[in-house]
Amino acid sequence: MSELDEAITRAHHEEWARVVAALTRRFGDLDIAEEAAAEAFTTAVERWPADGVPPNPGAWLTTTANRKAIDRIRRENKRDDKHKEAQMLHDDTPAEPLGAIEDDRLRLIFTCCHPALATEARVALTLRMVGGLTVPEIARAFLVQRATMEQRITRAKAKIKAARIPYRVPSADDLPARVSGVLAVLFLVFNEGYLASGPDTDPVRQDLTTEAIRLTRLIRALLPQDGEVAGLLALMLLTEARRRSRVSAGGELVPLAEQDRGAWDAALIAEGHRLVRERLAAAAAGVAPGRYQILAAINAVHTSARDIRDTDWSQVLALYDQLVRLDPSPIVALNRAVAVAELDGPEVALAIVDRLAEALAGYHAYHATRADLLRRLGRSEQSRAAYDQAIELAGNTGETAYLTRRRAQLR
Amino acid sequence: MRYLVSVIDDKSDPGSTDRQPAISAFNERLIAEGYWVFSGGLADTDAATVVDNRGEQTVFSDGPFVESKEYLAGVWVWEAPDLDVALKLAAEASKICDRKIEVRPFQ
Repeated sequence: MSELDEAITRAHHEEWARVVAALTRRFGDLDIAEEAAAEAFTTAVERWPADGVPPNPGAWLTTTANRKAIDRIRRENKRDDKHKEAQMLHDDTPAEPLGAIEDDRLRLIFTCCHPALATEARVALTLRMVGGLTVPEIARAFLVQRATMEQRITRAKAKIKAARIPYRVPSADDLPARVSGVLAVLFLVFNEGYLASGPDTDPVRQDLTTEAIRLTRLIRALLPQDGEVAGLLALMLLTEARRRSRVSAGGELVPLAEQDRGAWDAALIAEGHRLVRERLAAAAAGVAPGRYQILAAINAVHTSARDIRDTDWSQVLALYDQLVRLDPSPIVALNRAVAVAELDGPEVALAIVDRLAEALAGYHAYHATRADLLRRLGRSEQSRAAYDQAIELAGNTGETAYLTRRRAQLR
Repeated sequence: MRYLVSVIDDKSDPGSTDRQPAISAFNERLIAEGYWVFSGGLADTDAATVVDNRGEQTVFSDGPFVESKEYLAGVWVWEAPDLDVALKLAAEASKICDRKIEVRPFQ
């Protein structure tokens, strides 16, 4: 990548959300903001090679985008004055000094992740408006037609306008629930990258995990006091750190026990561990940790062990016990059973897993976990049947390859 | 911004029938806080008549325009600054009415 390309990419990463957020505030319209921001970046690509990268790319982009937006509004005013009136209704907040919490990007994120929008719309809108991904990129990421994704985003924007979803940071009362909604969107993006679905998809979609981490870092910078934001970022970093060793050269998913720990990304692990320590200190001071913080702590235990035998499983189990109290879902119980298997043996774990049969019959990981426990107990025939079901349900190509090999190894 | 706030009941799982005093108190509050524009409970869907005069003759048909398990039991019209305010009130309304609530903006 040339120096210029790098400057443009960096400006896009660092400034896109800021430009869209500032324009949305000024013009009270996501459509205008999105289009003007896109035009400003196109202009940068055209002009910067000849004129050079401006000393303050962010200011240049915002000024250019502002001008584009005004041009568009003028054009539209000539066509339709009433339309303009509707567009201006939203902007009910006067300019305020920019403290961390008042950052326009935060308003943008909360609007895109508003609970009145469908989850898939929140994901798409966040990736477009905050992440700056193009519609075809988002469509590819979620394996839908470009036109479908275009419509999803257009409908979401139309609802924001028609139902008057506000452009603001929620009040202190609502903040925890709303932040948790934002984190759910980011975790969904991350997970789709971490365990990509679809028969023709790479097992790991690095574009999505990278984007999710980038956006979570942004939220972390905007809400540095929020424990769950730190927890989710730590969880993502500690998971991403293992990416290279999670898929074999042959495209097969490699389970934790068999991963080459030397290939883990030490810098990401160090950063993740720092965040977990920060949250442990807060917990020691009496702040109850949420689920992302506990999941991050579990991952910190795994990434602290030299090998699978060195893993402090009693610590892992204690954390899962804590998580079960917070989230008594069958999926948490299933993951907890994996730790039980290491401490009390596969038979005890199997008894726990079997109790989840009804709730998790359609979940591939339930069958995969059972298959492994049955294999360890020497019950090959039952194990094979469980592998069959797991393979049938697994959507990830790397996982299917791994399960198929495991099944073939049964005696 | 005006919102149509619909109270939705379910024939197979109806909400409780003792909500009127609580709803009246809630209405008083909506009026006092400036959100209330209109409210009214509706008679049973059996009492509805659909009129279609698009063709040559006026056609009257007995019953609601769509038969469904879920039906409109009552409506409010609220004036609220934005959807967050309307949704917060709607969450209270749902508890008070013991029924689902749909919030839909007017154009």
